[in-house]
Amino acid sequence: MSNTIHDMGGMHGFGPVEPEPNEPVFHAPWEGRVHAMQRVLGAAGLWSIDGGRASLETLNPATYLASTYYQRWFLGLEKRVVSYGLVGADELAAGHSLRNATPLPRKMTGADVQKPPVRGHFERPSSAPAKFKPGDRVRTVNINPATHTRLPRYARDKEGVVEAIRGCHVYPDTAALDVHNENPQWLYTVVFTGKELWGDAADPAIKVSIEAFEPYLLPA
Amino acid sequence: MAENDHDHDHSELSDIQLRVRALETILTKKGYVDPALLDQIVESYETKIGPKNGARLVARAWIDPDFKAALLKDATEAANSLGHVSPVGSHLIAVENTPETHNLVVCTLCSCYPWEVLGLPPVWYKSAPYRSRAVIDPKGVLADFGVTLPADTDIRIWDSTAETRFIVLPMRPPGTENWSEDRLAELVTRDCMIGTGVPTL
Repeated sequence: MSNTIHDMGGMHGFGPVEPEPNEPVFHAPWEGRVHAMQRVLGAAGLWSIDGGRASLETLNPATYLASTYYQRWFLGLEKRVVSYGLVGADELAAGHSLRNATPLPRKMTGADVQKPPVRGHFERPSSAPAKFKPGDRVRTVNINPATHTRLPRYARDKEGVVEAIRGCHVYPDTAALDVHNENPQWLYTVVFTGKELWGDAADPAIKVSIEAFEPYLLPA
Repeated sequence: MAENDHDHDHSELSDIQLRVRALETILTKKGYVDPALLDQIVESYETKIGPKNGARLVARAWIDPDFKAALLKDATEAANSLGHVSPVGSHLIAVENTPETHNLVVCTLCSCYPWEVLGLPPVWYKSAPYRSRAVIDPKGVLADFGVTLPADTDIRIWDSTAETRFIVLPMRPPGTENWSEDRLAELVTRDCMIGTGVPTL
């Protein structure tokens, strides 16, 4: 789902940012376990990074807001291990394994961690030349898909300028639904004025850029 | 009511501890995860991968114009050329603060952050207040960090909506002309490389 609570840019009412002095990497041991399980299972190749994000975005908005970051990761991970058939809902309820495993496509090993874990690569060969070049004026599309997208609401149907081409990358909107549907698309940095995004009262000193996939853009 | 909510939060927390333990037990039994491997991952983020890595890039860029040019051209390649402790995957982009423009990095949709050079993001970076306000009220956000920019400075916000990752190259503070690279690196905090801080003596 795209029009839900995770898409927070420009919202009001959440209060001040509260930095925590000398913040620990994990606030409790279980957070580290969730982080590590997510990395290990993420490397198995069953779902894409955006499939993982989508599982958080489809949490009930009230749950999303009431949960800490790693609670959300955990709730998303629970959903995924069940929906991808790794663990049965009955096993989660029982708290222990009730049947044998099905093999994973890939598995993270100790050698991967020793490096330590390197982020995946998301650039792919292109099948067509980029439609836009730096300096081009573009307008973002007005889309409201019921499924995952990386075009935030505040930057839809807005006019901006292409600042850079970042290569051809896995397209989140399709890869979220099917890890094999990478559907690579050109990726651009597109800059908007504060006024274009937020209206006449916007601070004239601000400009905001998003990383926009080519299907998000039309010539302006 | 408030007290009930409070109790509820506590039971939720212990509930999640039990559920995380149960999930690890199930996944281990099935052979999907190895607890020793999980230990190694946790340890690497707790002890090896953090903002000191990014600070090395910044300090080197401050003293070596060729490295700075390489960093701004291709930060992934430049970072990896230092034999970095955490190899940088695709696709790191360094953005330079100047007297005219201050850069601020956010991920309004989730928590995208350059782990390899800054470690895991702090809670505030992943929080609703930061994600909601950085793109509409960056000066207010900077004020929350005690940062005030000169009135004529433009602010450029980078919303990390794809797998590109951003690190801010802050301005070298005056009065550090003869400093060593190591000493300079100590000035470069995590927040300086997100844009919610500036290096100060």
